[in-house]
Amino acid sequence: MSENFGVIFSSILDGLTTTIWATLGGIALTIVLAFAAGLGMLSRWLAVRWLARIYVEVFRGTSEVVQLFWIFFVLPLLVGFRLVPLFAGILVLGLNHGAYGGEIVRGAVQSVPKAQHEGAIACNFSPAQRMFRVILPQAVVEMMPPFGPDIMVIYGVELAFYLVLAILITIVMRALESAGAKRIGRMPPPRTKFLAKTQGGGV
Amino acid sequence: MSVNYEQSFNGPMIQFDNVVKRFGQLTVLEDLNFDVAPGEFVTLIGPSGSGKTTILRLLMTLEKLTEGTIYVGGEPLSHLHKDDKLVEANEKHLREARKKIGMVFQQFNLFPNMKVLRNITEAPVRSLGRSRDEAEKRGSELLEMVGLSDKVDAHPSQLSGGQQQRVAIARALAMEPKVLLLDEVTSALDPELVTGVLHLLKEIAETTDITFLCVTHEMQFARDVSDRVMMFDSGHVIEDAHPDKLFTDPDPDPDPDHERTREFLHAVLDRG
Amino acid sequence: MVWDRGAVSDSFPLLLAGLVVTLEITVLGSLLAYVLGLVFALIRRLRVPVLNQAVYLFVEFIRSTPLLVQVFVFFWVLQPAVGLPISAFASGVIVIGVHYACYTSEVYRAGIEAIPQGQWEAATALNLPRTRVWSGVILPQSVPRVVPALGNYTISMFKETPLLLAIGVQDLLNRAKEYGAETFSVTEAYTMAGAFFLVISYVASLLVRRLESRVGQL
Ligand SMILES: Nc1ncnc2c1ncn2[C@@H]1O[C@H](COP(=O)(O)OP(=O)(O)OP(=O)(O)O)[C@@H](O)[C@H]1O
Ligand SMILES: [Mg+2]
Repeated sequence: MSENFGVIFSSILDGLTTTIWATLGGIALTIVLAFAAGLGMLSRWLAVRWLARIYVEVFRGTSEVVQLFWIFFVLPLLVGFRLVPLFAGILVLGLNHGAYGGEIVRGAVQSVPKAQHEGAIACNFSPAQRMFRVILPQAVVEMMPPFGPDIMVIYGVELAFYLVLAILITIVMRALESAGAKRIGRMPPPRTKFLAKTQGGGV
Repeated sequence: MSVNYEQSFNGPMIQFDNVVKRFGQLTVLEDLNFDVAPGEFVTLIGPSGSGKTTILRLLMTLEKLTEGTIYVGGEPLSHLHKDDKLVEANEKHLREARKKIGMVFQQFNLFPNMKVLRNITEAPVRSLGRSRDEAEKRGSELLEMVGLSDKVDAHPSQLSGGQQQRVAIARALAMEPKVLLLDEVTSALDPELVTGVLHLLKEIAETTDITFLCVTHEMQFARDVSDRVMMFDSGHVIEDAHPDKLFTDPDPDPDPDHERTREFLHAVLDRG
Repeated sequence: MVWDRGAVSDSFPLLLAGLVVTLEITVLGSLLAYVLGLVFALIRRLRVPVLNQAVYLFVEFIRSTPLLVQVFVFFWVLQPAVGLPISAFASGVIVIGVHYACYTSEVYRAGIEAIPQGQWEAATALNLPRTRVWSGVILPQSVPRVVPALGNYTISMFKETPLLLAIGVQDLLNRAKEYGAETFSVTEAYTMAGAFFLVISYVASLLVRRLESRVGQL
């Protein structure tokens, strides 16, 4: 283990600027997904409602850690290339928090009184105008507590945490694998570059 | 109701001795002095914010005194004698002192997690050390007295406001208090339920030797049952008289305090 | 890349064994979190000298550091330093239970604060002893109200147990990883692990929602 701590430390520092950019990207992804899912769940079209609902339930219901593994190990098999761990982390974070955020957006939009809808209809606004000019500006106020300014800080911390998580999991799995391999008399696999492949040649 | 002189202690049952109560900057009671004799029924009236509730809460030890002393049955309520001086009482003393005092609240404050009978038996069992059987027997009697025998096993939420308040009265009586404090006990009730509760209280006042301190806006009731009515304003007693005198005194009185009482009564009675 | 149905049925027993471990950790961790959280809340509320401040600092500290780091520090640093041979499984239960206790203590605190002042005053007026006020009046009213919130934390905990893979706990995700490494059926293994989580946490959240509506009528 111990020789790895230096590596962890330097890669965290290396990743700092990347982390900051990634944080901003993650926030943007979350917000976009949250609004898309939230409004999707309120859509007039059944298919859209179902799609949004499935997205929300799947990403809330399957563990975030499992999602990380899935994106990291399964997705490459489907798309043919592997994401940099940091971006895998951001993607999971965005997808996962976007799902939770979707519920917040939906709740906030539904909390706007019916009279506001009717008022907007009386003003002869189009459905889009009703949503973007009347309903959403009021709903956004409702969303503020969960989406407050603290979210930036939390996000930064969490992303850094994800970076560390990805690194740590890889290291530990290696350690466990080599420990297990030693016990059954196999040579530990040759050390590859950090976070490259963890499954040996098969993947 | 006459004063009961047969009690072993023959001083006042309640005595306020230069009581001061402040909430931060706000002085609610200023050098308040008054006595209540054993068995007496005293009604407190006065404008909103004059400190009536505060007096009852001080007696129930729900608030702390700022200065002065309150005596109940001759004993300092929230103080202890120590080397000729009075020091603030500890929880043990307070628990002993509270045995003498019961209170019925405006909002009933029944325990919603306990059935009606359990509400009534808690205090006898936990405070007076009665056996549960004994407490339940007495509790059933009290429920019968307040006319709710059939509600023994009901939950408070299944009762009307008037019924809840009658349970609360039975609950307070079950702890066999020497002093019973009533703070606007009918204010939260629908008008048609008020009479029943007031009747019950009148009956209790007439058949027991409990000392009552009562805050109410029911002037007819106050007049019927009180031995004395005290009018408060800005933390002072400005009138202290027999109800017949206070409510009917036709004499034009130059005293400005009396004028204030009259204005107050006019306002209350006109509204009622 | 195709979906291999054989791998699904083939890996099922292994994954099921992992799921049992995951559920065991969730149940034991929840029990610890429920009890310890209440103890924390009471220590804070009763302002027990010294312990009050200690619990405050501890809760703040735990809530502001990631669970994974706590798992690591406990298993690789603290536990060897003290020299107690605590298994990875037990370490997982302890760390997760204590971690969530710091959240459930807030739930209990809010539940206790939601009891109207009049209940305390009536209890005082009836001269009930302190212990009876808590055991007979306050807790019986606040605990049922917080059950749904506790249930939600249990669901969160369930979904966070895979982190314990970091200390080698043989949980569902670890078994999926193991199976994937052995057979190269990575897609099936991880997807099934996800599906297990989805089904159980979805059903559990439906139950919690039903509890919520029942508690709403209290
Ligand atoms: N806990 C408290 N903190 C601060 N001020 C208080 C508190 N309790 C009471 N007061 C103030 O003390 C004054 C007296 O209040 P109190 O409740 O005794 O009046 P009251 O005579 O019972 O009035 P009402 O007829 O409206 O019930 C009021 O000005 C009130 O605002
Ligand atoms: Mg009052």
